[in-house]
Amino acid sequence: MSGPSVEKGINFIREQIDAPVASFFSSCVHCGMCAEACLFYTQTGDPRYTPIYKVEPMRRLWENEFTLWGRIKSTLGIAKKVTEEDFAQWEELVYDGCSLCGRCSLVCPVGNDISGMIRKIREGFSAAGYAPEGLIGATTRAITIGSPMGVRLPALKAQIGHVEKETGIEIPLDRAGAEYMVLLSSMEIMNFPEYLQAIARIMRQAGRTWTISSKAFEATNSGIQIGASDLARELVQRVVDAAEELGVQTVISPECGHAYTAIRWEGPNLIGRPFKFKVRHILEVLDEFREQGLIKTRGKEQARLTFHDPCQLVRKGGVVEQPRHLLDLVAENFVEMTDHGAMNWCCGGGGGVSANERADELRLKAFRQKKSQLDEIGVETLVTACANCRITLEEGLEEYEMDIPVVGLTETLAEHLVEEDQEGQG
Amino acid sequence: MTAETLLTWARGSAFDWAIGIFVFGMVLRLIEVLSLGKKPDLAEGRGSGVKGGLKTIVTRSIPRASVFAREPVRITNGYVFHVGFLLVLLFYGPHIEFIENLTGLSWPALPGGIIAGLGMITMASLVLALIFRLRNPVLRHISTVNDYLAWAVTLLPVLTGYLAYSHAVLPYTAMLALHILSIELLLVVAPFTKLTHMFSFALSRWYQGYQAGYRGIES
Ligand code: SF4
Ligand code: SF4
Repeated sequence: MSGPSVEKGINFIREQIDAPVASFFSSCVHCGMCAEACLFYTQTGDPRYTPIYKVEPMRRLWENEFTLWGRIKSTLGIAKKVTEEDFAQWEELVYDGCSLCGRCSLVCPVGNDISGMIRKIREGFSAAGYAPEGLIGATTRAITIGSPMGVRLPALKAQIGHVEKETGIEIPLDRAGAEYMVLLSSMEIMNFPEYLQAIARIMRQAGRTWTISSKAFEATNSGIQIGASDLARELVQRVVDAAEELGVQTVISPECGHAYTAIRWEGPNLIGRPFKFKVRHILEVLDEFREQGLIKTRGKEQARLTFHDPCQLVRKGGVVEQPRHLLDLVAENFVEMTDHGAMNWCCGGGGGVSANERADELRLKAFRQKKSQLDEIGVETLVTACANCRITLEEGLEEYEMDIPVVGLTETLAEHLVEEDQEGQG
Repeated sequence: MTAETLLTWARGSAFDWAIGIFVFGMVLRLIEVLSLGKKPDLAEGRGSGVKGGLKTIVTRSIPRASVFAREPVRITNGYVFHVGFLLVLLFYGPHIEFIENLTGLSWPALPGGIIAGLGMITMASLVLALIFRLRNPVLRHISTVNDYLAWAVTLLPVLTGYLAYSHAVLPYTAMLALHILSIELLLVVAPFTKLTHMFSFALSRWYQGYQAGYRGIES
């Protein structure tokens, strides 16, 4: 494989221009409304963070090569070309200044999926070698080690050992024929073992068989965040191979937003064929269990709490009602933020922003959007369903000295399970 | 050249050319977009793409509450312009007559006085839109000469129409000729500027709506 170059970057952007993209650029009326939806603009007031402006190099390429007027200008030599300088200038806008949250796409009056275009233009930027160090590192680790945070199998096994000891439940590794194959994010393995514990307990209560693959346990797909489809494809393929080898019916994406859209939507399109198994987010599975009466809970959280909708779940994943049903089971004082659900504001850490140290300052600035949402309702606990949101929220809350614990929904649910048959086992 | 010959030319070959360029340009733009194609979505769907596409073509006309709250005047002004422009275009008696001559279709007109009032409101909204474009930091940053060109060729037909109606400047025949010429200018320019959105908005809404409908997500 040849190294990155601007020429390659331009070719990659060109390849991304399809009919939807062309229709989006044709329709844009420069009304600026997308900016009003983007936390990177609303919290900085810097017009460079206007969503549609972030894909200006792609627009220029489209105009120059795919429109009559642009072609005439190109022939006459008066068209503004995409240059190396543009890559240098736009890199920060494309990566640091966008969490791929998808909010802009929902407000554009002509229906432009701007977020989708930013995802696309990143293909060109990573091919040109204009991508943040943090993301390059994460992607390299994902490919070589199998996890963006460098978590290896022994670390997972150690974690499994702890959880088994604590719960007395066996965590089945590589069990062929299980109904579910559970994926984890590195963040969960390293920082939130309570997730794995919760899964073990809920699966036992629901009476479902499940397993973790030693070959593909990582759910996060850094290839998609940086915009390198070849690497993203390789990461997806590992999961597909493992799931098909074990013959599972459903792969469960963990409490992580991007991991879900990566495997759920991009996955089959990356490998070029439909999956032979289903992909569900853990909240979808839990809500199914609830509907089927497989989850019995006791008692409710008394704290005033709210739910932070992970962007990739609520906007790109269509998982909106499930967390509310589940919270209904276990929370007495659940309140919604303004703009909850499909119009929820991003925590600022999605789309690889949290893996990009260079963007820390900007991300914390953007977090003020979340802060004001939270200030408005004054809650004691913040529940979410994405380990990456969770870390980002915790950092933001700490920065602004807000004393609100952040918890995962799955573990909150597990805390209220009625485990009669287990009584005494501790 | 007298006003009469100018009017005859404006109504005759100039009009034919303008319409020709407009139709050719718009069809070309459409082909430019559609010929790029789109890969099928191989992920397991949840719903109907067609339903989602059709739905979004309609629902995207309504702003999201949280964005409306941030920019109520700008968004309202956008509505005022579009509604005003379309009412004047479609419900002024002579316009209806003109369309009837062309297509045989006809419908009731609004009184001239009301149309004149709507024309003034439409122009006011255009002026306000220009002020926003010149002053709002986002709009200033993303605007190009294209935006101002599109603005000017949109204003001219409304302005000349109003002046012709009110007999304020120039003899009627001359003003009417200018009015028709300004419409022709709009027709010629439209396919090569953002004014393409008069048709392509349906396409872009469709594409986002189709994906959303298929995936069972909001759009
Ligand atoms: S909201 Fe849509 S039409 Fe308006 S500037 Fe942004 S992309 Fe263009
Ligand atoms: S996807 Fe989100 S962060 Fe990115 S430009 Fe759109 S609104 Fe801003």
